[in-house]
Amino acid sequence: MPSINMNVNGQAVSGDVESRTLLVDFLRDQLGLTGTHVGCDTSQCGACVVHVNGIAIKSCTALAVACDGMEVTTIEGLAMNGKLHPMQQAFQEYHGLQCGFCTPGMIMASVDLVRRHGKSLDEATIRAELDGNLCRCTGYQNIVKAIQAGAAKM
Amino acid sequence: MSDTGIGARVQRKEDRRFITGRGNYTDDINLKNQTYGYFVRSPHAHATIDSIDTSKAKSAPGVIAVLTGEDLAADKLGGLICGWLIHSKDGSPMKVGPHPALAQGKVRYVGDHVAIVVGKTKAQAKAAAELVRVNYGELPAVVDVAAAQKSRPPIHDVAPDNTVFDWSLGDKAATDSAFARARHVTKMKMVNNRLIPNAIEPRAAIGSYDAASDHFTLYTTSQNPHVARLVISAFVGIAPENKLRVVAPDVGGGFGSKIFIYAEEVVCLWASKRIGGRPVRWTAERTESFQADAHGRDHVTEAELAMDENGKILGLRVKTLANMGAYLSTFASCVPTYLYATLLSGQYNIPAIYAEVDAIYTNTAPVDAYRGAGRPEATYVVERLVETAAREMKIDPAEFRRRNFITSFPHQTPVIMTYDAGDYHASLDKALQLADYKGFQARKATAAKNGKLRGIGFSTYIEACGIAPSAAIGSLGAGVGLWESAEVRVNPVGTVEVLTGSHSHGQGHETTFAQLVSGRLGIPIDNVSVIHGDTDKVQFGMGTYGSRSGAVGMTAIAKALDKIEAKAKKVAAAVMEAAEADVEFKNGSFAVKGTDKKMAFGEVALAAYVAHKFPSSEIEPGLKEGSFHDPSNFTFPAGCHICEVEIDRDTGETRIINWVAVDDFGTLINPMIVEGQVHGGIAQGIGQALTEACVYDKESGQLLTGSYMDYCMPRAHDFPQFKLGFTETKCPSNPLGMKGCGEAGAIAAPAAVMNAVTDALGVRDLPMPASPHRVWSVMNDLRRAAE
Repeated sequence: MPSINMNVNGQAVSGDVESRTLLVDFLRDQLGLTGTHVGCDTSQCGACVVHVNGIAIKSCTALAVACDGMEVTTIEGLAMNGKLHPMQQAFQEYHGLQCGFCTPGMIMASVDLVRRHGKSLDEATIRAELDGNLCRCTGYQNIVKAIQAGAAKM
Repeated sequence: MSDTGIGARVQRKEDRRFITGRGNYTDDINLKNQTYGYFVRSPHAHATIDSIDTSKAKSAPGVIAVLTGEDLAADKLGGLICGWLIHSKDGSPMKVGPHPALAQGKVRYVGDHVAIVVGKTKAQAKAAAELVRVNYGELPAVVDVAAAQKSRPPIHDVAPDNTVFDWSLGDKAATDSAFARARHVTKMKMVNNRLIPNAIEPRAAIGSYDAASDHFTLYTTSQNPHVARLVISAFVGIAPENKLRVVAPDVGGGFGSKIFIYAEEVVCLWASKRIGGRPVRWTAERTESFQADAHGRDHVTEAELAMDENGKILGLRVKTLANMGAYLSTFASCVPTYLYATLLSGQYNIPAIYAEVDAIYTNTAPVDAYRGAGRPEATYVVERLVETAAREMKIDPAEFRRRNFITSFPHQTPVIMTYDAGDYHASLDKALQLADYKGFQARKATAAKNGKLRGIGFSTYIEACGIAPSAAIGSLGAGVGLWESAEVRVNPVGTVEVLTGSHSHGQGHETTFAQLVSGRLGIPIDNVSVIHGDTDKVQFGMGTYGSRSGAVGMTAIAKALDKIEAKAKKVAAAVMEAAEADVEFKNGSFAVKGTDKKMAFGEVALAAYVAHKFPSSEIEPGLKEGSFHDPSNFTFPAGCHICEVEIDRDTGETRIINWVAVDDFGTLINPMIVEGQVHGGIAQGIGQALTEACVYDKESGQLLTGSYMDYCMPRAHDFPQFKLGFTETKCPSNPLGMKGCGEAGAIAAPAAVMNAVTDALGVRDLPMPASPHRVWSVMNDLRRAAE
């Protein structure tokens, strides 16, 4: 079994994984970071989005061994010193979540959206960029508002 | 209004854990010594099971057990049940085929449960499942309702023509006579497309048996853990209720699909005991969700509406074939009957209605309640008919509706329901204004210049929520009462725990229920905790569906609060040495009239627990009260949705340009949360109308839309910003005046979209979903016909 080392949410971690172990399973099953969710098996829903070396990826579609030596941020690592990230805050403020299951992936994807498109986001850009994140509860309306507001405060 | 009481836009108390990744969903729970279950499922839609060879799988690495239907039968466990008995027109009871948790002798749909492999790891269990050899004898499969009544061999021996029941509601003779008098009849055939619910959290279950105490625990993705416990105890017979705890922790959306008691829950519990008590966990892969979650809708309907010369409706006649799938799911039988035909009067004064419904077995996944459950199907029939009738009679669709609106209440419809309150003109007026209906023709002309087809469509819907008065539904065949329970526990320091039988899986009960308590007792909302979803904590409850948690669940809390106030008054009177009648409770404190004597709520709570200042022979110590609330009527949310679309002539793509929803939900507890519910409902309704369709292959019965690659889930770019407005008539049957808001969008939306799309295209009939290909084909046919 390969051994891997990563920096996850600022902590050095290591573990033995099967070659086929997915990053999301390593995070959930071995590190107990259950904030990253699995909602599908075809890389469509985006509930599993995390950041690897600062870039959003779907952790259900990455092998843990492929992330050896990398820096991983999950939803649990987004708040700093007990202070919510502006995007987290905005999701609460604008009621951008209901059941909460897609929320970690939505927030991680949104933070990356700002990295790629800047803090001033128009509605059309946000809606187009959310193509890889499914939500069944909100009709996306308040998610779009939350991202716009969260982005402006980042 | 206090800043955290009823009507306040309070931010949600539950959000913090979800936005920081600290939610606790079933799959997040890990138990000591846990094992992993993987289900062997039928690859065939209809087949006999001639033999199962588990030997290779049993000897595969990491495998602890392989269990089949034979093992289940050996343990004499009962099957899953359908809890609502419908009778056919001839008085015979519905024909219920056996529904074992693991198939016995026969499989009836692709995805049917055949065996469970329990392994030390997920991967080992899954790999070993490949080694289970099942010899199937394939039988002809049928997925289509019309074909099923003639298809042989039947899916269940008990129903030789695959018909579960043929049922009717309403007055046939009166309806026939209305049609005989009619000057115009609008007749339509409509298909309400089959949908797959797709909560983003897949279903999951962990069964755990503790031999030392002979006690079971089930963690599960359920909307109603107490009902799950009841069925698993009383019918399946896993364990009596006192030896079975069911926990539904954070649940990631349900939309109806998590109401039902599923095979996997039963099997994980049973398997845990079979393997000596190690917990058995299972989480659906999305493919399994597509195959084996209960699906929704799937009606084929012929309906006709009779009018007089002025467009006044005289009668409605409906014949529906409802696809039940291969087995009757928990509440399947009430969906196309008492949740459907009872709403066929819509918002209209229709003197005569007659509906016939045939429920039919097919080789498809069971069909049961999905957001709206029967009411979207009824609304679709009525609102497509009304809009089409208006067009045919050359009456403006808004005006046509006005001529037929019910205006006085209570109103007895010909199909059981007594509408208690509403103002349908008010919601239509407000919606017309918000949608700028007057400006539509100009916008249509502008769109045409840009090569786009614009259309507008209405849906003035009604639904029956607050499910349901127990005695009434009992007389209609329900196997349970649909009251709700609440317990309010005041702690000695004046903080409060509310235990509710409702279950939140996104609706925000931890906030809205706390608002009720905070406002009523005058205490900070942070001092109120709402507890739900655990049969060991909450005594009993009927769960959350049918937009019942406000009207029924919160009313139970309100009644318990009445008792808390009454008891606290007694305590306060004793402590302040005043007559009870002189004590007033206002703004969070108890005051003696005409004096400056006063005690804060927290002080009274402490006095109740310390119990020094009153004789315990007259007043019991403590401050805790409960209530079981049984509603006296359904509630009737209603409103008007207007959809404006633009269709691209070249691609057939339909864009929703404008959406107006004006709803009357009675009292709004938290407008922010209500708006969110409406947004989500509309999105699901638009999904049904434009993108979503569950498709089975007609020959083989294979599910062709078994993943997100094939089943088109609506995405953020499919929607505009919805414009919302509200009107308010209080619901008279509960003290808070609430009606319910969870399903309205999904009920109203499909008809509004299809009315708009057919308006844009200038066609009468068009099946859902109005996908680009389908719309393009229609335009192409029209173009050819014109040439």
